Amino acid sequence: MKQIVVISGKGGTGKTVFTASLAVLAESKVLADCDVDAADLHLILKPVIVQTDNFVGGKAFEINRDICIKCGKCIQFCRFKAISADFIIDPIFCEGCGLCKRICPVNAISESDRICGQSYISNSKYGPFAHAKLDIAEGNSGKLVSKVRQAAKKIALQKKLDYVIIDGTPGIGCALIASIAGVDLAVVVVEPTISGIHDMQRVLDVAAHFKVVSKVVINKFDINLENCAEIEEVCKIKGVEIIGRIPFSRQVSESIVKCIPMVEYVDMPIREKIIAIWEKIKIYTQM
Amino acid sequence: MNNHSNIVISIASGKGGTGKTTLAVNLALSLANVEVLDCDVEEPNVHLFLKPKIRHEDKAYLLVPEVEKEKCDFCGICQEVCAYNAIAVLKPTSKTKGNVLVFAALCHSCGACSLLCPQKAIKEVKKEIGVVVNGGLESIDFVGGRLNVGEAMAPPLIEQVLKCISRTKTVIIDAPPGASCSMISAVKESDFCILVTEPTPFGLNDLILAVEVLRKLKISFGVVINRSDIGDSAVLDYCVREDIVVLMQIPFEEKIARAYSQGITIVDILPEYKDKFRSLNNQIIRIIAKRNGFGYIKKNETNCCN
Repeated sequence: MKQIVVISGKGGTGKTVFTASLAVLAESKVLADCDVDAADLHLILKPVIVQTDNFVGGKAFEINRDICIKCGKCIQFCRFKAISADFIIDPIFCEGCGLCKRICPVNAISESDRICGQSYISNSKYGPFAHAKLDIAEGNSGKLVSKVRQAAKKIALQKKLDYVIIDGTPGIGCALIASIAGVDLAVVVVEPTISGIHDMQRVLDVAAHFKVVSKVVINKFDINLENCAEIEEVCKIKGVEIIGRIPFSRQVSESIVKCIPMVEYVDMPIREKIIAIWEKIKIYTQM
Repeated sequence: MNNHSNIVISIASGKGGTGKTTLAVNLALSLANVEVLDCDVEEPNVHLFLKPKIRHEDKAYLLVPEVEKEKCDFCGICQEVCAYNAIAVLKPTSKTKGNVLVFAALCHSCGACSLLCPQKAIKEVKKEIGVVVNGGLESIDFVGGRLNVGEAMAPPLIEQVLKCISRTKTVIIDAPPGASCSMISAVKESDFCILVTEPTPFGLNDLILAVEVLRKLKISFGVVINRSDIGDSAVLDYCVREDIVVLMQIPFEEKIARAYSQGITIVDILPEYKDKFRSLNNQIIRIIAKRNGFGYIKKNETNCCN
């Protein structure tokens, strides 16, 4: 079983659209949407949920105002400014460290599990699918990403599937690190814009930092050929191979609006390019 | 929320790549005499388009524990109080000396371990997580954060960028994508948030998440639809249904897309857009004034015709 993650650094370069195409092309796989902050893959896969679990992201704390003597110690020591002057803990800013509860001289603070969202296991036309939703204004997405990945991996092992295909997160922080840790291959989707190149470099560095092998796919390559040359240059210096170039097409936007995987919607020349990329990925992951 | 007489506008989106940075930079160039804060510290891009002159770069730190082994009696309280599994105590045995391991990447800098250590054996030391860059371009001030490669925690760095918030100039904050901790950190001080979206099912799905976050935070907001003619009408229908103000629609233009790919702004190639961005700002000022009483208008409104 091999794990492949699709990432980009910059958002909106085509991660989810590309992942959905792999969902069509790979034969034996489980899919995972790790962009739990703003998950979109389900819009294309149209999953039927078979199992829902609460995601406990940490602890929630509450001040019992009948016991509280308003000494102010909790307010003074809370580094996250989560406790108001009238002794109410704001869950949006509380990071769940629990220091307030431990230093309260009259034990006025209670704790409970903090449910930050739900994780799901679903069936889809394209195979089993692990995904999640963070509740509104909740955090700890890195931990939820790990939970989704564990669920996907478990399904792959149980059903003896060849691939876990992961739609990753933008950025380079905790959620991204959680989505690439320990994968067999990271496919970086980049667009030939100066911000796309800038962000690709950073995410390639993060992948290298965590010893993850990356390959690059240039999306909408023909909108700026000079920038493509720069991407090639950067990749050469970093020793990263470019495994495909997908041209700009209005059909791709249309496929998104219709929520159809791009590879099932676009004309043959583009479809062939995507199939060729998948063939290369198969070789690199040696299945 | 901001307690000062100037206006703080954040720009967020839910979905990435919808045009947050484009809007932030073009709005700044249209208004002038503003401060731009790049709070997308994982993938900062404002500088690529604004091209500010960098005046200084300061390292940003997070406080993490350091254990003085000679004072430590390996009681294990630090490990017990750490909610993030960032500190582990190996108790001494007949064969081995005890040890305390700190996993700095997991530390949230809450201070519990150092405060609660009975032996006072833990002090907090600075760990570099990124840099805060200060610069500007003519009347536009620029402050941006850049998270170091391999660092996980963006919110503490965003906090440090926000410490530079101006008390006099209009402030424009470029927020990170998503609708979770980093986005919340970036928008929470603002008087108004512009949500940039595109008219696709992805854009709508993530817009709804961002709207729900802002409603929970009680921050006023409006929507800008970018590439407004590439998709369907679902975003507009949603805004009408939810009584959300659509501040501006920017149709797709190949000229804009090509310029963007080279780091050239909309107002550079289509200067007539300056008036549109100014009137966007004026709409926001009116919305805030309506909410707060009318003190703001005279001071901050820019004349569309100058």
